[in-house]
Amino acid sequence: MNIVSAQLGNSLYNCVRSNLIWPLWTRSHFTYYPTSLGTGKRMNMFNAINNAMDLALDEDKSALLFGEDVGFGGVFRCSVNLRDKYGSQRVFNTPLCEQGIAGFAIGVANTGATAIAEIQFADYIFPSFDQIVNEAAKYRYRSGGLFDCGSLTFRVPCGAVGHGALYHSQSPEAYFAHTPGLRVVIPRGPIKAKGLILACIRDPNPCIVFEPKTLYRAAVEEVPTEYYTSELGKADILRHGKDVTLIGWGTQVHVLLEVAETAKSKLNIDCEVIDLVSILPWDTIAICASAKKTGRVIIAHEAPLTQGFGSELASYIQEKCFLHLEAPVKRVTGWDTPFPHVFEPFYMPDKHRCLSAINDIVNF
Amino acid sequence: MSFLRKSVHLMGSVARRQQHLKVIGGAISTAARDFSSKPSDDYANFPGAKAPFVSKLNLIQPEDYAPIPIYRVMDQDGYIADESQDPQLSREVVEKMFRDMVLLNTMDKILYESQRQGRISFYMTNFGEEASHIGSAAALEMRDLIYGQYREAGVLVWRGFRIDQFIDQCYGNTDDLGRGKQMPVHYGSRELNFVTISSPLSTQMPQAVGAAYAMKLRPDNDACVVCYFGEGAASEGDAHAAFNFAATLGCPTILFCRNNGFAISTPSHEQYKGDGIAGRGPMGYGITTIRVDGTDVFAVYNAMKAAREYVLKENKPVVFEALAYRVGHHSTSDDSTAYRPAEEIEIWNSVEHPISKLKRYMVHKGWFDETVENEYVKDIRKKVLKQIAVSEKKLKSNWREMFEGVYAEMPDHLIEQRSELEKHIGAHKEHYPSMNFEK
Repeated sequence: MNIVSAQLGNSLYNCVRSNLIWPLWTRSHFTYYPTSLGTGKRMNMFNAINNAMDLALDEDKSALLFGEDVGFGGVFRCSVNLRDKYGSQRVFNTPLCEQGIAGFAIGVANTGATAIAEIQFADYIFPSFDQIVNEAAKYRYRSGGLFDCGSLTFRVPCGAVGHGALYHSQSPEAYFAHTPGLRVVIPRGPIKAKGLILACIRDPNPCIVFEPKTLYRAAVEEVPTEYYTSELGKADILRHGKDVTLIGWGTQVHVLLEVAETAKSKLNIDCEVIDLVSILPWDTIAICASAKKTGRVIIAHEAPLTQGFGSELASYIQEKCFLHLEAPVKRVTGWDTPFPHVFEPFYMPDKHRCLSAINDIVNF
Repeated sequence: MSFLRKSVHLMGSVARRQQHLKVIGGAISTAARDFSSKPSDDYANFPGAKAPFVSKLNLIQPEDYAPIPIYRVMDQDGYIADESQDPQLSREVVEKMFRDMVLLNTMDKILYESQRQGRISFYMTNFGEEASHIGSAAALEMRDLIYGQYREAGVLVWRGFRIDQFIDQCYGNTDDLGRGKQMPVHYGSRELNFVTISSPLSTQMPQAVGAAYAMKLRPDNDACVVCYFGEGAASEGDAHAAFNFAATLGCPTILFCRNNGFAISTPSHEQYKGDGIAGRGPMGYGITTIRVDGTDVFAVYNAMKAAREYVLKENKPVVFEALAYRVGHHSTSDDSTAYRPAEEIEIWNSVEHPISKLKRYMVHKGWFDETVENEYVKDIRKKVLKQIAVSEKKLKSNWREMFEGVYAEMPDHLIEQRSELEKHIGAHKEHYPSMNFEK
């Protein structure tokens, strides 16, 4: 962890909320496209996550929620009021040590109790990499099923926010996608966040939920207040189209939805937009069905190009759908640089780069 | 993370304090109340530490502190120095201790040799540390959960892990409880409450702490967690994490350091500069600490009894350092005479050896019958050799087991990959050792 995150944590959502501190900081690279179920209570994403954890703690008396600054509500307010409601033995601060949080969480889960562990920023998950990759992911396998830590869920704020620079912006999903035994999911908004978190808590495998932190306040939807889960390992087709398949996850889904609208209105191109939702295991069936239908696939993510998760999608699609493809699979991603500070507008796979990719792929 | 937030609070407090000074005219003790409700004249009340102020600068030297003494019950001749410390164990218990130590030692010798002959791929012996295993295990209850490092086979012996279970694991055959997934000596047993060993060092430490925390919250909990680790492993970040989490979160766990002097070839004086691992406990982490002679089975036993009682009564951890000497090589991939004199090893393998010490104690007691014990060793040798012959003939599990247990249920992509391999093996049988695997 580092010294600036608390302040930055606050400013991250302050600037999203007030929209007028610094012009550069307030710049949002996406327009939020809410999911509508036609019922529920108006919640932003941190409210929905708070609601999910509230239900989980209420339903499962063994469930514990912990991490850095979680006790007072968390720097992103996801655990607000939960310590008051469930007591400081179940909702508590840990010392500032990600490898400790991860190891501790695995131990909690070894006993069969439910562990909900927050890593304050995805950028700081790396000290816990060994615990997650070598321990959590392999527990069941290496013990021949004698022991596991399946009742463990990591919640990890990730992604670009406009001013987070190198260490408050990263999207490290691909590192974890390379690890058999983990589930990795990324919600695109409040409804999905709640459903995925509750599904992950219940799932008998160790899960990581990467939460795009720019959505904590910016994303508002009518969220059902009762307990529900979203299916893990399943992609969502958010817009049907016949010409080009656009695949993204997290915040990027909203960029793609806007781009699909523009492509239709300006270029008369019908895009199919898919939220992959689950990075590991991922929905090969939905992706291949769409790729075979359109013959043109663009994958967009904030993480760098080389070995980003788009690489895996692209290679799988070319292997399984080769004869259906009209053009090479295209990736629109962050560049192979560290996540930059003042250059963020030039780094992002924004709607202009995505639209331009659509133009290229139909004219291949 | 919280540095800036804290400093904001601090700055606010400083501002308030300055205002106090202006208004009240300089009563420092009043200003100090900003930080705590407890008034104090000579103690500073910083949130980070409560300590007296001094006006003389003092560089505190490590030598200013006496080393933590080593608790010992029995000397090297097997005599108990202070009768009040005699654990008063029955002949039956002492014999079990002795025989379990001998069993471990005998099995180690044979399995070490069997690796040398290429019959198993790898092995790690426990020579010289038998007393810390058996003494600690004997002081625990079966419901206490154990997280080991890899050199604690004696704990499993005490708990009843059978010779066939050890050897089947070393062969990774179909009766290996670990389903053939790991290298030899990575034992585990759900039945014996012994979490399966993993190769990365120290990762088990914060896990043990988390498990202890969860167990503490169970109604009427009367089980603790014991985590074994070496002094080399204590250099890893996870060791720090475990110590600090155990202390701050109040976890009933015994953090048991087997300080055997070596991490592979690196001697302990190149591993740390402080007073062993015990030295970190009281001042460094605020943890109750015990240091014992790890070659003295009674010292380990007494200390472990006390530690167990303490952690369960207080819901706090104990740092437990058992000092011993790793008589064997690190593993079958190591020759320790390359980095330490053979004469030094010999001392620890004879007069200082924990089994010799306990034997002398039993001789004084009139509990030792040379003929009977020699027969016991012979019997163990026979059993181990016979089991090796049996275990190496057993088939390995069906190769499809490779895909099992990655997830609770096999996901589609693994089913797909498994059938891809099925087809391939079907077409190229001659290249795969299928006859050694279950059909």
